[in-house]
Amino acid sequence: MRGGFAAALLLALASALPGAAQAANLEVKIGNFTFGPQKLTVKVGDTVTWINEDDIPHTVVSVGKFRSKALDTDDKYTFTFTAAGTYEYFCGLHPHMQGSIVVETATGDAATPERTDVTVVSRAGR
Amino acid sequence: MSSHEDRGADGVSRRKVLECMTWAGSGVLWTVAGGVPTSLGIMGEAVAQTSGMTFLQISDSHVGFDKPANPNVNSTLEEAIAKVKALKTKPAFMLHTGDITHLSKVKEFDDAQKIITQAGLVTHYVPGEHDIIDDEPGREYKQRYGKDAKGAGWYSFDQNGVHFVGLVNVVNLKAGGLGNLGDEQLAWLADDLKGKSASTPIVVFAHIPLWVVYQQWGWGTDDGGKALDLLKRFGSVTVLNGHIHQVMQKVEGNVTFHTARSTAFPQPAPGTAPSPGPMKVPDDKLRTVLGIADVTFKQGEQRLAIIDQPLQG
Repeated sequence: MRGGFAAALLLALASALPGAAQAANLEVKIGNFTFGPQKLTVKVGDTVTWINEDDIPHTVVSVGKFRSKALDTDDKYTFTFTAAGTYEYFCGLHPHMQGSIVVETATGDAATPERTDVTVVSRAGR
Repeated sequence: MSSHEDRGADGVSRRKVLECMTWAGSGVLWTVAGGVPTSLGIMGEAVAQTSGMTFLQISDSHVGFDKPANPNVNSTLEEAIAKVKALKTKPAFMLHTGDITHLSKVKEFDDAQKIITQAGLVTHYVPGEHDIIDDEPGREYKQRYGKDAKGAGWYSFDQNGVHFVGLVNVVNLKAGGLGNLGDEQLAWLADDLKGKSASTPIVVFAHIPLWVVYQQWGWGTDDGGKALDLLKRFGSVTVLNGHIHQVMQKVEGNVTFHTARSTAFPQPAPGTAPSPGPMKVPDDKLRTVLGIADVTFKQGEQRLAIIDQPLQG
């Protein structure tokens, strides 16, 4: 439909602009008793999925923040970050394995006119 | 269900051996191998009755593991138990130094129990980190093997004049840390050892090595030194651990440290691989790197004799 195409185009443009409202899904792979990437920077609202590729179970623990169940080979654990900050975490079975997720607020300290427009455009695109 | 007998495996008493010697009129060559007197020649492979006792250490059975390093850990555990049953000197009991299961599942605990009880021996356990990862961490282990124990499952018992202490160093692990005993357990240990004469032989068993074998892989216990300080005054201390799936032994003063092989899969020697995970070896070599450990206490001997026996070779 004509309207749909225009909306999709606008939505695509909106996503390309900085400060786009879409949340991202990111991965941390667990392999050879290591979290990779060991340090991952994300935005508020983003979701991180840990995937265990080792032949041995691991857990993902950030004290007071999140704690996975035991993850066997190919098991996953997902957490959505709703608050900014640095989340240090480790494996509860093998505590020498450590990593961190740095959660940033959306880019730009000041709200920009473009950002406001982007928000409006993406709503119109739905 | 499990029995505990004081006679040798073939039921021969020390007196009987001596009587036979006299009757035969022949000299018998006695050798002392690792503190265990063995008679050769007159009764073939008969092993003399020691005035101490023998017990077994098994470890890291990881029931539930099914990856390439060993797709059938139940089978190798059964072979280990068959080996225990075939020992010439029947052990008084067994110690399992943890990682009984792989994922703390009920079925894994059930299967492990079915196989291990085939040995017909009282078995004392301590948990490994793989035994306390159920949804309510440690619940399954505690209700099966830690009912009468303190905290996460520590306890002690005496047998044949030897004091045995089971410790738990796999709970409340801290980021970047090693194994951990914790203040509550250390306070219990201090109290447990209080008043014991320094000549009481002590055997401590725990999953993760109490001494630092390899820091980078977490192979050690952060506050293990505090436990060893409490044991310093005793004339004979033996520390039995698992976790690293290979034999390592060290003697420091009055303390003998020993880690046992796994009955499930081997792990690499420190620093020889990118990580300490399960190590795949050629199928025909697997049973040479799995095994059990026979531990003998002989009256008057300071050190317990530890004989590591691979499943094959």
